[in-house]
Amino acid sequence: MPVQYSGIMEEHHAVRNAVGVFDISHMGQFLVKGPEAENWLNFLLSNNVQRLAVGESQYTFLLNEDGGVIDDLIVYRYDEGKYLLVVNAAKTDEDFAWMEARLRPGVVFENQSAQYAGLAVQGPKSVQLFDAFFNSRHSRPARNEIKKIECDLTTLLISSTGYTGEDGFEVFFPAQDAAKVWKAILDRGAEFQIKPCGLGARDTLRLEMCYPLNGSDLSAKHTPLEAGLSIFVDLQKPDFVGREALLKQRSDGVKRRLVPFMMKEKCPPPRAHYPVFKDGTQIGEIASGTLSPTLQIGIGMAYVPTEFARINEEIEVDIRGRRFRATIEKKPLHRKGA
Amino acid sequence: MNVPDDLQYSDTHEWLRMEGETATVGITDHAQAELTDIVYVELPKIGDLVSAKQAVAVVESVKAASDIYAPIGGTIVEVNSGLEANPALVNTDPYGEGWLFKLRIEAGEQVERLREPGQYRAAISASGKYDV
Repeated sequence: MPVQYSGIMEEHHAVRNAVGVFDISHMGQFLVKGPEAENWLNFLLSNNVQRLAVGESQYTFLLNEDGGVIDDLIVYRYDEGKYLLVVNAAKTDEDFAWMEARLRPGVVFENQSAQYAGLAVQGPKSVQLFDAFFNSRHSRPARNEIKKIECDLTTLLISSTGYTGEDGFEVFFPAQDAAKVWKAILDRGAEFQIKPCGLGARDTLRLEMCYPLNGSDLSAKHTPLEAGLSIFVDLQKPDFVGREALLKQRSDGVKRRLVPFMMKEKCPPPRAHYPVFKDGTQIGEIASGTLSPTLQIGIGMAYVPTEFARINEEIEVDIRGRRFRATIEKKPLHRKGA
Repeated sequence: MNVPDDLQYSDTHEWLRMEGETATVGITDHAQAELTDIVYVELPKIGDLVSAKQAVAVVESVKAASDIYAPIGGTIVEVNSGLEANPALVNTDPYGEGWLFKLRIEAGEQVERLREPGQYRAAISASGKYDV
């Protein structure tokens, strides 16, 4: 996926107001099946796979023994005893090696990343586009549902997931069909003013929603509890990698938190690693930052000590030696229809 | 890409228009296209004495902050304050309303080390990339 096609701003607004399509073929896909698949995934992943009915998906983490995040991913239970994991592109090899090293009898584990292409179709008009694309012959998947659809072009695995905060779909299909599916969606989407969108808009859209990006907001040095994502960790499960460390962190108290912030004055766009100050003392640094195309003001997320992780807390961001005022906000920073 | 014949160009994609002892400076059409949507411009202070190739301004897109260099030495005598409210002028009119600052050239400054339009055209078609 390139950084942009027609321009980050234009692509961003297309997704907020109409529909955009992202090529997510770079993302990794693993297949997990076999009688022990569920138990094995529940040992390696933070969320509880047992909660998934066939055709459902969940957001989850692959953690290390310290409770740090190796990767964040979506697991789809696409059939009885069969799971599709969609992982971050840059982490595909690391994730696969980590999981393979912990493989158990009764589990078939395959890296299918090269065989799959994927597209994310996102925006309020994605719903109409779905109906138009399939001539209303198929019902739309419900939120977090995944379904298999056979169409003239190919066989699609399609789910109502995304990384933008808008209605939308993610579709995966055999890589050799990528060009014709891409073209068909753009052609069919023309009447809905569809735009091809790149990594730049993907980042501004997800940051307005406070969705974390692995490598920026998540890392092996931070736990999901620090990132404010404990709802995707099931500490009730008897055993999973990272559980002991997370229980200890919870009882000791979480020392720092990832918080969204918004600039209170006109300033250069806040960016990753800019220092964050409180009353003249540095308390952290920005994990992710940008100029919000929707809000037209600087926004971002930063790790700060828990004592400052309060809504409306006033902080300052240092940009090339100048300090600019910001406040800690509630997430998401952008609300649909706002 | 638009490369006007009446300007001179730096290796780092600034343009310069000489009028007497005053030089107006901006970034080229090629540079603005590579940088994408400009959302913020940080300009030098009037009265600053700057030398050639010194970073004097910052142009920011959504994705990145990029330094802008003085193509020649001199004193900053004017800055384009219109960019504060409308930084996108750098995209829409890079050689006109999107100018960045004006320098008064000191006697003896070497304007001749800048590129002529033909050389600059050849350079950007060879590199194809904004390489600052």
